[in-house]
Amino acid sequence: MGTFSLSVMLVGAVITLAALATSHTFSVFFPGLLEGAWLTVQIAVCGSLLAVVMGTVSGLAKLYGPRPLRWLAVTYIEIFRGTSALVQLFWLFFALPLFGISLEPFTVAVLGLGLNVGAYGAEVVRGAVQSVSRSQWEATIALNMTRLQALRRIILPQAFIAMIPPWGNLFIELLKSTALVSLITLSDLAFKAQEMNQTTMRTIPIFTLVLLMYLVMSLCITIGMKRLEKTAAKGMPRGRSV
Amino acid sequence: MTMAAAEQLAPQQPMVRFENVSKRYGNLVVLDDLNLEVSRGEKVAIIGPSGSGKTTVLRMLMTLERIDGGVIWVDGEPMTHMMQGGQMVPAAQKHLRRVRSKIGMVFQHFNLFPHMTALQNCIEAPITVLKMSRKEAEARATELLGMVGLADKKGHYPAQLSGGQQQRVAIARALAMRPKVMLFDEVTSALDPELVGEVLHVIRQLGAEHDLTMLMVTHQMGFAKEFADRVCFFYQGKIAEQGAPQELFGAPKNDRTKQFLRAVLESG
Amino acid sequence: MIWDWDYTFEILPVLAQAAIVTIEATAIGFVIALVLGLFLAILRMSGPKTGWCVSVFIECIRSTPLLIQIFFLYFVFPSFGITLDAFVAGVIALGLHYGCYCAEVYRAGLEGVHRGQWEACTALNLSSLTTFKNIILPQAIPPIVPVLGNYLVALFKETPLLSAIAVMEMMQTAKILGSETFRYTEPITLVGIAFLIMSLVSAALIRIVERRLNLRSAK
Repeated sequence: MGTFSLSVMLVGAVITLAALATSHTFSVFFPGLLEGAWLTVQIAVCGSLLAVVMGTVSGLAKLYGPRPLRWLAVTYIEIFRGTSALVQLFWLFFALPLFGISLEPFTVAVLGLGLNVGAYGAEVVRGAVQSVSRSQWEATIALNMTRLQALRRIILPQAFIAMIPPWGNLFIELLKSTALVSLITLSDLAFKAQEMNQTTMRTIPIFTLVLLMYLVMSLCITIGMKRLEKTAAKGMPRGRSV
Repeated sequence: MTMAAAEQLAPQQPMVRFENVSKRYGNLVVLDDLNLEVSRGEKVAIIGPSGSGKTTVLRMLMTLERIDGGVIWVDGEPMTHMMQGGQMVPAAQKHLRRVRSKIGMVFQHFNLFPHMTALQNCIEAPITVLKMSRKEAEARATELLGMVGLADKKGHYPAQLSGGQQQRVAIARALAMRPKVMLFDEVTSALDPELVGEVLHVIRQLGAEHDLTMLMVTHQMGFAKEFADRVCFFYQGKIAEQGAPQELFGAPKNDRTKQFLRAVLESG
Repeated sequence: MIWDWDYTFEILPVLAQAAIVTIEATAIGFVIALVLGLFLAILRMSGPKTGWCVSVFIECIRSTPLLIQIFFLYFVFPSFGITLDAFVAGVIALGLHYGCYCAEVYRAGLEGVHRGQWEACTALNLSSLTTFKNIILPQAIPPIVPVLGNYLVALFKETPLLSAIAVMEMMQTAKILGSETFRYTEPITLVGIAFLIMSLVSAALIRIVERRLNLRSAK
């Protein structure tokens, strides 16, 4: 969808949310859900930061690292992509303490989601770096740049632009996955919803509010990433050639 | 040979020398025992059918391709090899980079950096590689862009320029590194016919004003005839015939050359 | 002791039993996703207004967590007097969620078929339905098979979410085993390994299919 349609959706969702939040039937649930939403945002932001770091480091390690480092990166990527996010969270939460490592639920959440999405991010980074055409490397050789200079100044900046849209998708996946942390006792948005649902059985208003809240957060990410891409790709042709 | 000796010898030495150079891809022999000398300031045009290895010559000289045998000399010293304990050994990266700094290249598909403006393309390497100050690099790049007739386009991104303009930026970018040898690899082949002239004009100007050694792979026979000091015709990885343009184009001796020239002329 | 082998062999058959539920959920969920996805893709391309509404719907589903959608379906239907079995609610949610992803894939495939194919069919006086069914779709599907395959694997990896509404798939079974014996390491690790193996195998299968398709289109 275009940025305009997405913005229309965002405005619509915010207005609906505001209207519901002030209406009689829905308003009782709003403050509690908002509290949960704040925790969701915190986990999503910290998890995304970790994912970007892990994705970049392991993606580049897989491409350019010395052999042992490359193997380590590949192992990490395959394990975290091959098993599901919930399994990883549960493992960190239930199994890790048996090895003598007890982590705070918040830490488990950030670690689990960040490592999971970081593994997908590694493939994004690798793909984006490889999508920069060989001829760009050749141009840097003709200008007598070192490999490191070429990577830093020419290849990565172009790869960066190519990775913005897929990273946007991953951030949304991560935001959606934060709902899983409700299953390891964190009182995020999904947890609050479940809790209120169980005590009041007012399923429709509660889950409508919750879905709208997630929608608003996702749309903010999507629109933000589109704008970032537009700024970063200033002057660049659509698609890639040259 | 010591460095001092190399310097001393330099004036008599050719600028570029291929000595028994060969290149293979698997079983396919691309270049077979090539010997070629190019003197200082000489302009050599390389012609030949596709697959004859002509582009490979430039790519090896730019170190984009490894060679499988022989030595390439640049400015009196070996580039692909270096002296170590009295023996020639394959060059280390550092040696390669030092010698390579004397060579610049312009590509068929321009290979401009799409995320940088024309000016940024021209100052990037002078700043990062030559450690020039930004101010100095910008002054020189502006001058070079002016020389190729693009002073008013320095803030434009490659995607906003025509093919001919992009190729002229690429020439300015290569010149900004102050090379002694310039390589032109089919620089007009990717251009629309009406844009070829402006690029050739710049190269012509460069030949007149600078004391540059130039090697160009080209399909523009007219330009090669008028501009080059010498033309080499490549066929199946060897130089089948070479000589002054008037001789080679006027009275080719080799049958392959005749055949090739006839085919090119017929296609217009 | 960190790892108890006796316990491992004791729970292995139980987990294998649960794996059948996981596979059932994956298969049924994916069939729903494939059908719904095609339906949505066609609707989306049918006109600007319907198209926009469908896009908004797809965007909404894709932007919100599957877990919430599972809860929603599971808890909302009873308030209309329809009680859904947890398995059924979960599988519908999986199908709905991934149907929206598949819709985008189908769209890319359909748009990838050259316009000239439609024009040629018009010139041959074929009806739109025949054109779509016999000419366009058979060309649109093969290139997107690998992408659909990736979504199948993704859906499979999301089946543990059904444990949140107490469907006895692998994760839920592992959790219950763990809570009975206070040994979580073995069951959860085994589930992880099972997922890893199945994911790696399916990734390899997808690669083979992809290579076959490439060979065929290259001919």
